[in-house]
Amino acid sequence: MNWQAITARFDRVRTGDTDLQKKIRGLRRRLTLLLAVVGPGLITSNVDNDAGGISVYTQAGAQYGYALLWSLIPMTIALYVTEEMCARMGVVTGKGLSDLIREEFGFRPTFFVMITGFFVDLANVVAEFAGVAAAMQIFHVSKYVAVPIAAILVWILVLRGTYRQVEVIFLFACVLYLSYLFSAILAKPDWLIAAKHTVIPNLSFNSGYLLMLTGLVGTTIAPWQFFYLQAGFVEKKVGPSQYPKARADVLFGSISCMVIVFFIIVCTAATLYEKGHRDITDAAQAAQALIPLAGKWAGTLFAFGLLNASLFAASILPLSTAHVICEGLGFEAGIDHKFKEAPIFYWLYTVLIVVGAGVVLLPNAPLWKILIFSQVGNGIWLPVVVIFILLLVNRRDLMGDYVNTTAFNIVAWVTAVVMIGLTLVLAYTSIFQSSAPAP
Amino acid sequence: MEIYATELMGSRTYDADGNFVGRVREFFIEPAEAPNRVSHYLLSRGSYQPLVAKHDQVASVSAGNMTLNVSERALDLYRPNESWLAVQKDLMDQQIIDTRGRKVVRVNDVDLTELRSNGNVELRVTQVDVGIPGAVRRLLQGVVPSLLVRKLQSKLPQRSIRWEFVNLVEPDPMRRVKLRITHEKLEDLHPADLAEIMEDLSAAERQGIIASLDEETAAAVLAELDERLTTQIVEKMDPEKAADILEEMAPDAAADLLADLPKKTSEELLDEMPGQEADEVRELLEFDPSTAGGMMNTEFIFVGEASTRDEVLAWMRSQDLNLDQLDTIVLLDPDAEYSGTVPLSRLLLAAGEARMMDLKMEPLLSLPANADDKEVFELFDKYNLRMLTVINEENQPIGTITVDDVVSRLVKD
Repeated sequence: MNWQAITARFDRVRTGDTDLQKKIRGLRRRLTLLLAVVGPGLITSNVDNDAGGISVYTQAGAQYGYALLWSLIPMTIALYVTEEMCARMGVVTGKGLSDLIREEFGFRPTFFVMITGFFVDLANVVAEFAGVAAAMQIFHVSKYVAVPIAAILVWILVLRGTYRQVEVIFLFACVLYLSYLFSAILAKPDWLIAAKHTVIPNLSFNSGYLLMLTGLVGTTIAPWQFFYLQAGFVEKKVGPSQYPKARADVLFGSISCMVIVFFIIVCTAATLYEKGHRDITDAAQAAQALIPLAGKWAGTLFAFGLLNASLFAASILPLSTAHVICEGLGFEAGIDHKFKEAPIFYWLYTVLIVVGAGVVLLPNAPLWKILIFSQVGNGIWLPVVVIFILLLVNRRDLMGDYVNTTAFNIVAWVTAVVMIGLTLVLAYTSIFQSSAPAP
Repeated sequence: MEIYATELMGSRTYDADGNFVGRVREFFIEPAEAPNRVSHYLLSRGSYQPLVAKHDQVASVSAGNMTLNVSERALDLYRPNESWLAVQKDLMDQQIIDTRGRKVVRVNDVDLTELRSNGNVELRVTQVDVGIPGAVRRLLQGVVPSLLVRKLQSKLPQRSIRWEFVNLVEPDPMRRVKLRITHEKLEDLHPADLAEIMEDLSAAERQGIIASLDEETAAAVLAELDERLTTQIVEKMDPEKAADILEEMAPDAAADLLADLPKKTSEELLDEMPGQEADEVRELLEFDPSTAGGMMNTEFIFVGEASTRDEVLAWMRSQDLNLDQLDTIVLLDPDAEYSGTVPLSRLLLAAGEARMMDLKMEPLLSLPANADDKEVFELFDKYNLRMLTVINEENQPIGTITVDDVVSRLVKD
């Protein structure tokens, strides 16, 4: 028998590898490792700058010029502190926020958090589609054309795309926020004064000023974002060993979000405030008013930013909401399931988009009231969610060595209390004052 | 008569003399005694220390009311016991594995049935409710009368899992032993199904399941699991156990896994593995993952081209071969160089005296280890291959790429 072959030993020649090839490979590997983690933090923070947010920032700049810029630094800290806790929980436990609430607090609390979330988010979705309508009006496109197209676009994007593709598109949308940077440059602001006001607090106690300050905080930190952020890290299967990268993602996201807010306020302060157009009530009006003051491009870019922000948030909100509700109540969820396997998920998702876009199209839609409702709803929802987060993140049986340190807890509770206080004030004034800061 | 855990919770309890004792706040199963019997009821009495009633001390149970067949004095004070499964705390709202439906579900409620014997009522767990009726009950119980809730839920679509098919997930290994939780039923699932189940669980639960599986199953599951999770699991595992599992894996799968680990950890694991296996994996680790070498498996079957069908079959029967790899046979010429491949189907139909070289596939295909993965995909596509041989510079076969390697690579990108 010819078995020599079977016993034959092969010397395996290793592929020749030069140092340069190795270095390139190492670099590529590090980049992939980074991209495997980064995303949720950046996306979540930027979605905070949605249609409602941009309107408030616009008003802040138009009415008070540079005077409110100082609030951005404490807001960055608040945003980072709260988001970081969720990121940490997602990374350590591998579970979503609604999962954890359900397991640790039971069915009823979860149900009420979810049902409130549904209506608040629905109101927010309406606000986003209203933002699309307003932005497209500046480009002379009727809302009866723009809003249905936007709704279909959003629906298809999420249902036809994989998580990775969708995330890449979302990251690209984050980059498009830079249009506000260019708007701000075209507005030729006084950068020195802007920088001074950012660092030196400028407290004033007139009620309009305080109300505007409250509005800034209230629109920037929205409760639903915590669910989305945590789910994002869980979905990306980020583990504890990659936690420093996740934290960097959240930090970078918080800062970049506030940098965009800075440019929006600077842009409107340098133009609308300086030239006396201080009675602006929303972002679309501001874009219109910018054209004669800072040129066609400044206005167009401003409107484009609004469109991008609205579409971006309109894509994320319905998906995140449907996901969170199904997860908490124990129904199948996720775009990797077929309609038959996860009917409740798909119905929720579709209802949010169809109703959200549909309300904007109603001839006499009470948009103003819906926007107030979304503000009030956020205000009621936020304390509940933040307190749940703080209770969960301090549980040693869940978090092990990753529980909050005492110092972090102090910062977190102070942040939470201040944030909750301000949002409740905003909710209160939205209901009882006629001159609400909301658009 | 059926009763639901939600209805039982909070029930007012009276002793044999009709005195109010307390309210049911929790009840337990003692799996070591009986796998589905409710063994103890915790009765809370406001600020007093809670009492515990045993299963043989209960006379009757209905929604909202429970009576005992002994007086209050006969009851013991409650002391926590790790080997009792607490229905409210360990089961309600938690995730369990439905071993028949092969997925992870969340418990909305637990269904119980009464078992009467002279003057005593025992409750047995029949199934867990994971559907809408359980959710509705949880929401409305205590707000709306029980009868109305029952009427409402009977109109809703049912979704429940029989207790035999429920597999609990308990990350703490000590507690798992005390509760008699085994994962035998999980070992019967297909590794791919088990991997999918594990992706729905928390990090600690995944770790617990892998730790309790036998090494062969654990290896098969790790090979199917998302690579990001695999690295997390292996990093946290005891290196000795991890090395044992890696040994059970095909060398290419082991190399893929190790490539994602930090250099220090992977070296440590390789040192724990037996020399020959470790060497094979080390060699594979040298290849760039996006080349033919990075995709190939070094475990393949090769025979001399001059041997006959009967000789090859006789030899293969005598070997302890991995059947997953047994699809195509690589042929060597007298210089131990690559000479071709024979698929098993041809071997099956050939006459006993047929020479392997006459059964070879045409054309003769192979790729060097440093070939780009794009080239691999193109060859598989063009010639509808199931397997492709990878050769070194001396034209000797060093590994094979099978179609499942190609599919998983394509899906990953």
